[in-house]
Amino acid sequence: MTGTTARRGALRAPYFFLLPATALFLLFFALPIGYAVYLSFRKVEVSGLGLGAGAREEVWAGFQNYTDALGDSELLDGALRVLGYGCLVVPVMLGLALLFALMLDSDRVRFTPVTRLAIFLPYAIPGVVAALLWGFLYLPDVSPFHFALDRLGLPQPDLLDGGPLYFALANIAVWGGTGFNMIVIYTSLRAIPAEVYEAAKLDGASPLQIALRIKIPMVAPSLVLTFFFSIIATLQVFSEPTTLKPLTNSVSTTWSPLMKVYQDAFGKGDIHSAAAQAAIIALVTLVLSFGFLRAANRRNKQEAAR
Amino acid sequence: MPYTKRRRLVTSAVAVALGASTLAACGSSDDGGDARSGPVSLTYWTWTPGMDKVVDLWNKGPGKEQQITVTVKKQASGDTLVTKILTAHKAGQAPDLVQAEYQALPTLVSNDALADISGEVDDVKGKFADGVWQQTTLGTDAVYAVPQDIGPMMFYYREDLFEQYGLEVPATWEEFARTARELKKAAPDKDLTTFSANDSGLFAGLAQQAGARWWTTEGEKWKVGIDDEATRKVADFWGGLVEEGAIDNQPMYTPAWNKALNTGKQIAWVSAVWAPGTLTTAAPDTKGKWAMAPLPQWSGSENRTGSWGGSSTAVTTDSENREAAAKFAEWLNTDADALGALAKEGGIYPASTSAQLSGAFAEPPEFFANQPDFYTKAADIAKTTAPSAWGPNVNVAYTSFKDAFGAAAKNKSDFSAALGTMQKETVADLEKQGFEVAR
Repeated sequence: MTGTTARRGALRAPYFFLLPATALFLLFFALPIGYAVYLSFRKVEVSGLGLGAGAREEVWAGFQNYTDALGDSELLDGALRVLGYGCLVVPVMLGLALLFALMLDSDRVRFTPVTRLAIFLPYAIPGVVAALLWGFLYLPDVSPFHFALDRLGLPQPDLLDGGPLYFALANIAVWGGTGFNMIVIYTSLRAIPAEVYEAAKLDGASPLQIALRIKIPMVAPSLVLTFFFSIIATLQVFSEPTTLKPLTNSVSTTWSPLMKVYQDAFGKGDIHSAAAQAAIIALVTLVLSFGFLRAANRRNKQEAAR
Repeated sequence: MPYTKRRRLVTSAVAVALGASTLAACGSSDDGGDARSGPVSLTYWTWTPGMDKVVDLWNKGPGKEQQITVTVKKQASGDTLVTKILTAHKAGQAPDLVQAEYQALPTLVSNDALADISGEVDDVKGKFADGVWQQTTLGTDAVYAVPQDIGPMMFYYREDLFEQYGLEVPATWEEFARTARELKKAAPDKDLTTFSANDSGLFAGLAQQAGARWWTTEGEKWKVGIDDEATRKVADFWGGLVEEGAIDNQPMYTPAWNKALNTGKQIAWVSAVWAPGTLTTAAPDTKGKWAMAPLPQWSGSENRTGSWGGSSTAVTTDSENREAAAKFAEWLNTDADALGALAKEGGIYPASTSAQLSGAFAEPPEFFANQPDFYTKAADIAKTTAPSAWGPNVNVAYTSFKDAFGAAAKNKSDFSAALGTMQKETVADLEKQGFEVAR
């Protein structure tokens, strides 16, 4: 008798242990997403002047919110702006992160812990604070850089306008994100067994050769991972342009796709089209990031097969 | 809305199950009878600083007698609060009382968030200027709020620098443009003021002064007049000044703007009665150097101003004690003690005409100690406020303004094209929501 109960208990046990995670997943992940998708297929219809009780009614909208969003040039323009921004941020940030990680890993660098902390520190500063800090440094009338350039008789570029604006925004992201990516790459560099380096040294490889031929290929998975995170973070850029917006006429309320979602939901009060746009952005993010992961994996497999 | 109804149904069903007495108590207060049983407690969402102290006066005085206790929940100002009220209202959880800017009232009413309190507060109508009161009725027989503060617009200028550069205070907009050009000639690195695209209320107020009526109704249809002649006149005027470089084109409320005001790089500001408070923090070094004058006019024979800011106290449809809430709203905005405390603690300029000349406003603001008749002048200017006309999607028009005029100011391009964009987007949004729009 005890045997059967025990077996039945053992059969149930995994489900029992899965329960908390499943419940949390359903409650705080699947349910909100499902609700957002539901909202994206609805719309509000107004009758007459729309004043007083019963003037507004929520009805099914079908795919109207989606077609509207895809036909909205502002959303596409925002996506293109973010693409330009991403082309600056991702290569510069990951390049710097890799460079710093390799330098920290080399034997010649002293004060490694302090340096590592110094490079990592900006990541610990909240994005809004970082954007405000840089925003004040960019504003011509209060910026110490402009003051110094003015004293030296050099031209003072307006960083909050036109092309330079992209550099200004990218700079904030690079400043804040390099440290985190560096730590990820550095950790996987430390995990490479010492014998590999020893063997390379015996074969007469220079430090540069070790870095290029051994270290970088061996941390490739970390590079893929950081690239993956960076793409997602770039597509979701929101706090930096939102914080810089009040300081300049050049950043509109719909500068990035997420800002447009926010504006539609909380500026215009149209949660239904905002939900549809959010769903589209999520889908694009998913396709882009997983597409990249698959491509990276396929290359790895090919190399392994060789 | 269906959710609220369903929830109410469930609530009453539960009440029936629990016993008829509870239901009876509920019913009598809803009907507005005097036989309200037991004490009532109300929640009030507001952004006015120091409101808790004003509410304490109520809770210790008239509130105690009538057993109505009000609790203040401090909120962010303006549009953010509108969104929050609407979200709370969707869940049937809006507080009893809310602070709302006048231009937000149609949006709130059209979402059925505000209760009609005409039965409770109709007799206070006479305490307010007609133009102010009309904003709380939306031109109907209903009353959706009690006016609290107003923001009649005025012209602020650096008295000392105007004298130094030999400038005269402009009485008309034509003179205003001439003053801007004269200053540019005398001191090329200075600006009379800036055209800022980051606060739509300023432009709306300027258009209102020129006689614009952005939202009107024709039968069951809305008519949008953003691109009307009056507004176009205002847009072209400011666009022209920006284009020729007579004034600056950078936004307000930035550290750079504060510095420009504080160091005298910008020597005037078209603003409203609340400007002394802003100047105190933005330009602390210029204390006592500013003066206030009426807003320049479009023609010498006119005497009108617009309004920028100002808010009201409204009772929500979610409140179960509307009558008690309306009583508090009336006291807060008409009682002399309450208004005195509001002026002292919250720094507001009251909508109630009698309060505008009360003891709290005998002295000028500290920052304007050099202008002893500041508030007498302000009260005279407030009387000349032009009527305003708000519609159900002011938020959309305001957002559109920020983007379209922000870009136009930056590029120093055609402001009337930006105005066209604003009109087009506002109409498109109304139609998308299903409003009928008159062409």
